[in-house]
Amino acid sequence: MAKRIDVSDLDIYYGNFKAVEGVNLSIEPRSITALIGPSGCGKSTFLRSLNRMHEVIPGARVEGKVVIEGQDLYGSDVDPVDVRRQIGMVFQRPNPFPTMSIYDNVAAGLRLNAKKTSKSDMDGLVERSLKGANLWNEVKDRLNRPGSGLSGGQQQRLCIARAIAVQPEVLLMDEPCSALDPISTLAVEDLMMELKEQFTIVIVTHNMQQAARVSETTGFFNLNGVGQPGRLIEYNPTEKIFSNPDEKATEDYISGRFG
Amino acid sequence: MTSTTSAPPAQQPKSRPGDRIFAGSAKGAGILILVILAGVALFLISESVPALTASADEISGDGGLASYIGPLVFGTLLSAVIALLVATPLAVAIALFITFYAPRKLAAGLGYVVDLLAAIPSIVYGFWGIFWLAPRLVPFYRWLEENLGFLPFFAGPVSSTGRTMLTIGLVLAVMILPIVSAISREVFSQVPTLHTEAALALGATRWEMIKIAVIPYGKSGVIGGSMLGLGRALGETMAVAIILSGSAAGITWALISSANPQTIAANIALQFPESTGLAVNTLIASGLALFVITLLVNMLARWVVNRRADFSGAN
Repeated sequence: MAKRIDVSDLDIYYGNFKAVEGVNLSIEPRSITALIGPSGCGKSTFLRSLNRMHEVIPGARVEGKVVIEGQDLYGSDVDPVDVRRQIGMVFQRPNPFPTMSIYDNVAAGLRLNAKKTSKSDMDGLVERSLKGANLWNEVKDRLNRPGSGLSGGQQQRLCIARAIAVQPEVLLMDEPCSALDPISTLAVEDLMMELKEQFTIVIVTHNMQQAARVSETTGFFNLNGVGQPGRLIEYNPTEKIFSNPDEKATEDYISGRFG
Repeated sequence: MTSTTSAPPAQQPKSRPGDRIFAGSAKGAGILILVILAGVALFLISESVPALTASADEISGDGGLASYIGPLVFGTLLSAVIALLVATPLAVAIALFITFYAPRKLAAGLGYVVDLLAAIPSIVYGFWGIFWLAPRLVPFYRWLEENLGFLPFFAGPVSSTGRTMLTIGLVLAVMILPIVSAISREVFSQVPTLHTEAALALGATRWEMIKIAVIPYGKSGVIGGSMLGLGRALGETMAVAIILSGSAAGITWALISSANPQTIAANIALQFPESTGLAVNTLIASGLALFVITLLVNMLARWVVNRRADFSGAN
């Protein structure tokens, strides 16, 4: 299922404001790619452009190309709704649907795909997704309780279960652990290591140890000043970024000299 | 944590005059509303007692209090329910359009126009209903009678003036539309971005997002708004009094004939100027019935809203 993503000369605009400029990179399938950088550098915007979620904001548009296994995401005949069905997303704050039970949360994406699924098939898919998100044992006795009753870390794993239930090709994670305590963070990181066997994962994180722990490849975003567009400064194997980066700015950032 | 263990036990929190004044006045306001409610209820009950204890032939209509108030209660509920059935889906659709579909400029203008509907005095709606709406509805009622006349609601003969129960229901629907749509709009606009984005990121279309994230979240607010609307429809006096004046009939399901049950509030407005003595008490007793109906409706709404409180999104 995992697919490769190629981004070339990508500029992202909000109205007339250029938020991100000139991004070129290739994301390998079945790997975790981390995006780091100071706040406001455009890494979340870039991540959201990979499943066209940035278009939720009126006036947002891109120039350049994002190609997933030969398919241009921004082709004129491509429906953003279809893009988002292939590319799942996990957000900064856990956001299970508060009006739905745990079961219905996981089933929500499957039901959107409008295929008739029998009750037993659906039960199986929900169980498999919850097991995939390492949440099954904690919630199997209360699948009909609201998802909002879980702890923050459990809610985030519920959101991951919801995202992987539709078998996406790519999983985007926008600071998935920033609202979680260290133990829940560890649980989510372990989960990511398991999930990368099946999915291409791109994660935005402010936690550099996290990037170093989980990712194979790291991209460092930065901007020259307020009002300037963010740029991809360096994109290299994680080991290299954290030991011997090519760019001075990367070294300054990871060693804590700014940002 | 360390400071609490070293602090002396049972220390009185410092009392500030500003806090005391504010707490006192807030408590006073809370008590005042209960006192007013109790005062109204006591007045209604004490003034109804003569009618409640009177023998059947003393009440106008000679059938006793129950047979006097019964058709009125029926008419009140019927007209309000028609209004609610028509207004709620329309109001929700308007609110969704304004919140999620309309371009920003149009949305602001539309919201203003809907709010303006609420500012029109009810007597004006009454005139509008009788002179404009009712005659235009007559052909439609004829069509209903011809094609759906087998249903008790659309049994003939059709009123030639159009001053019918269904017309009342439609006028009331227009009157409660602003309040229901204003409240629906408010709750829909408060749906957290987190939830709408969660739906969109799963590959929901706009409509699917509304279905799985917006409507469930806003449902209790919409119910609350409808109940406020229902309250207004139940108590609406002038519009109903104008349109249905003089055509008091017993309990009937026929919505488009010229014989229609009167509503409580309109009946009081029409009968009160010519009433004395026990007749006034009878009217007040019917007012008491309206009061009780409104309380029951509100309790029912609360029960509906709280039934799935766990899933409301408020936690």
